[in-house]
Amino acid sequence: MTTLAEPRHAQPIERGLFSRAVDRLGGGLVQVFMILVALFWLIPTLGLLVVSLRGETDNNSSGWWTLFTKPAQLTFDNYSNLLASGFGSSFWNTVLITVPATLLVIGIAAMAAYAFAWIEFPGRDAVFLVVIALLVVPVQIALIPIAKLYGFLGIFGSILGVVLFHVAFGLPFAIFLLRNFFVGIPRELLEAARMDGAPEWRIFATVVFPLAKPAIASLGIFQFLWVWNDLLVALVFADTENQPMTKALQSQMRQFGTNVDILAPGAFLSLIIPLVLFFAFQRYFVQGMLAGSVK
Amino acid sequence: MTERLDGPQAAGGGDSAAGASSGPSEPPAEPSSESPQPGAALSGSGADTPAASDSLTASEEPPAGPAAGYATAAPPGAVATAGAAKAPVRLGPPPRLAVMFLLPALLLLAAWVIYPIVYSIWRSLYDAAGDRFVGLGNYLSIFTDSSTLTTIRNNIIWVVVAPIIVTALGLIFAVLTERIRWATAFKLVLFMPMAVSLLAAGVIFRLVYEQDPDKGVANAIITTVHDAFSSSAGYPGARPRENDQAPAVVQGGAVVTKQQVQAGTPVLIPLVGLSQDVVKDAAPAKAAPAGDGLSGTVWLDVVRGGGGTLNQIDPQEKGLGGITVEAVSGGAVKATTETAADGTFRFSGLPAGSYVVRLPQSNFTAPFNGLTWLGPSLITPAIIGAYIWVWAGFAMVLIAAGLSAIPRDALEAARIDGATEWQVFRRITVPLLSPVLLVVFVTMIINVLKVFDLVFIIAPGSVQPQANVIALEMWRVSFGGGGNQGLGSALSIFLLVLVVPFMIFNIRRFRRDEG
Repeated sequence: MTTLAEPRHAQPIERGLFSRAVDRLGGGLVQVFMILVALFWLIPTLGLLVVSLRGETDNNSSGWWTLFTKPAQLTFDNYSNLLASGFGSSFWNTVLITVPATLLVIGIAAMAAYAFAWIEFPGRDAVFLVVIALLVVPVQIALIPIAKLYGFLGIFGSILGVVLFHVAFGLPFAIFLLRNFFVGIPRELLEAARMDGAPEWRIFATVVFPLAKPAIASLGIFQFLWVWNDLLVALVFADTENQPMTKALQSQMRQFGTNVDILAPGAFLSLIIPLVLFFAFQRYFVQGMLAGSVK
Repeated sequence: MTERLDGPQAAGGGDSAAGASSGPSEPPAEPSSESPQPGAALSGSGADTPAASDSLTASEEPPAGPAAGYATAAPPGAVATAGAAKAPVRLGPPPRLAVMFLLPALLLLAAWVIYPIVYSIWRSLYDAAGDRFVGLGNYLSIFTDSSTLTTIRNNIIWVVVAPIIVTALGLIFAVLTERIRWATAFKLVLFMPMAVSLLAAGVIFRLVYEQDPDKGVANAIITTVHDAFSSSAGYPGARPRENDQAPAVVQGGAVVTKQQVQAGTPVLIPLVGLSQDVVKDAAPAKAAPAGDGLSGTVWLDVVRGGGGTLNQIDPQEKGLGGITVEAVSGGAVKATTETAADGTFRFSGLPAGSYVVRLPQSNFTAPFNGLTWLGPSLITPAIIGAYIWVWAGFAMVLIAAGLSAIPRDALEAARIDGATEWQVFRRITVPLLSPVLLVVFVTMIINVLKVFDLVFIIAPGSVQPQANVIALEMWRVSFGGGGNQGLGSALSIFLLVLVVPFMIFNIRRFRRDEG
């Protein structure tokens, strides 16, 4: 919570009664306005949750907000039906894709970022600029070529293919973020370790990696959310038995009107883990965002 | 990249007071939101000396500064070497080690990102099946085919509208949250959609945009507000009988008495064409008491199960309440009233004379059912609405961080000098924030160019052609049944070309900050 906390600013010095009255009134209006805005932002998600907890007939006959006037119509039936229909396996696929893709990106990017930050080699700046350029390359560019490549390698449709794709496209951001963090580590720490004759991999593992935990946490949460929430890559590269939740739900979209009892709980299940992670690690999330975006 | 913060910008270096932060990315320290120094909000604290640590070239210049500090702790010999030579002789590892560290990343980037770019350029010059060279034919068809032109038009709408609104809302929210209680909770609420997949956001907004006001919350709110301001009772389908005895006829949608009527004689306006269910709970119709003023009755002239006298009020017949009634004379409306629950109406204070009684069309139109959000004409604005819901929090948090780096003294000085809040905002806050605003804006443009999931999920199949955008069209023609990978490759190259300016923007920004 600390990150989002607002600093309390000193109040302006004593002013006239009238201007203070205006301030008070304006402050009240602002408060009301912001509460309305917050409601506006909350209501859609709340709607999804309530719809996912109401029976099919209820959803077809009345709006979810009638919950507040006549309660006691909630049920977990939609969720149990969804899990009974095999949605659990796509949940598992999402985990199998997301966890390796996150860990691999962290490991590979940390090594590369270390080289960019602390090892001198010819052409280092030029190569790093290429990495920066790759930050904004749209994934669309790789869909067709990589589909061909995967067909050739025989991994089209597999979880491995999806993971590798996510790793590759996560790397530019990850390297950028970590390298910018690593260059901020006091150089004395590394020099001292080098003086002691520690091999480079050990400096990396014992000096840099522990210091970089916050940056790695930021990167980790970003990559995790990105991969967990991805639809497009899964749509192209995962076949039905390996599909993550997003693709499984997308295939139900065609009959939206009649499928709300599947889509609403499915969508809610798919967003609950990111949401929990987000609230648990939002400090790192914000730091990563600021580092990756403004910096 | 569709849903990440792709455009990490090398922005805002130590070049302005807003300080959109120069520091290297966050050092581990606690984010020091308390401290108003430039850069403080964005880079935690700690190793935040831009010159020394945040430079591409930092490690190539071992000279005075670092070496001197280092001398105190190091053996004399080493100091001598480092200090005396300013030497390239370093403790650093050999370059070939860099290769080992870089190899996995570079291999993946080369095979999954760079090779595809080259392959796509080549592939875009061939036809759908990939065996006939068509030159620039695929690019030509992007700009001539009407469906791809629609996608380009939509992308232009997106790029023009969405980034501006997101940035503006982010700015407004960031400024206003400084003045409210529960600011942290508020920020979390607005920021939360960032964690939610765009697919889930799409499902959420499909529910919001449901056409039926009893299901979709958007139309529920709109119809509630609408009905609060215009009270049309709504009797769609009600009409007079079409025969000579009927005292009223339909004229341009309104129901009008055939004869001129005067005060004192109650007017009878019998209607048919309504189901008995509509008036199930209505009060029985009554004849308007004679008396001064023009009065009358509007009722449903049908007896359940048959019977009754035509054009007369029978005991079982129901009055139509809430109907707007106008007294018209010489083509102008002289007075307006509304029927009571039993169908009676009375104009009070109407000058004597002959009038035509008219029931305007609004009584008979279907009740307002909200907007067709997911129809062809509103679909793109509707999806942009969902996009704003997702991204406004992102803009707000970035801008709030920049805001807390603005020196408070400048603002207070202006206020003490008598500047109004608006002047402070317009002349001080916004200019100082402009580096951050630019970064948010550019990040949004890059993101909007690639928008895919929201359009794909929110637009129902039948209106996807109207809502289509380049990123979606690329997927559709290549994988979603289009079967034309030549055109698909051309579209992906087109998309790449569109982001190239921002690629250059990023690189220049980075070089300036580091240099």
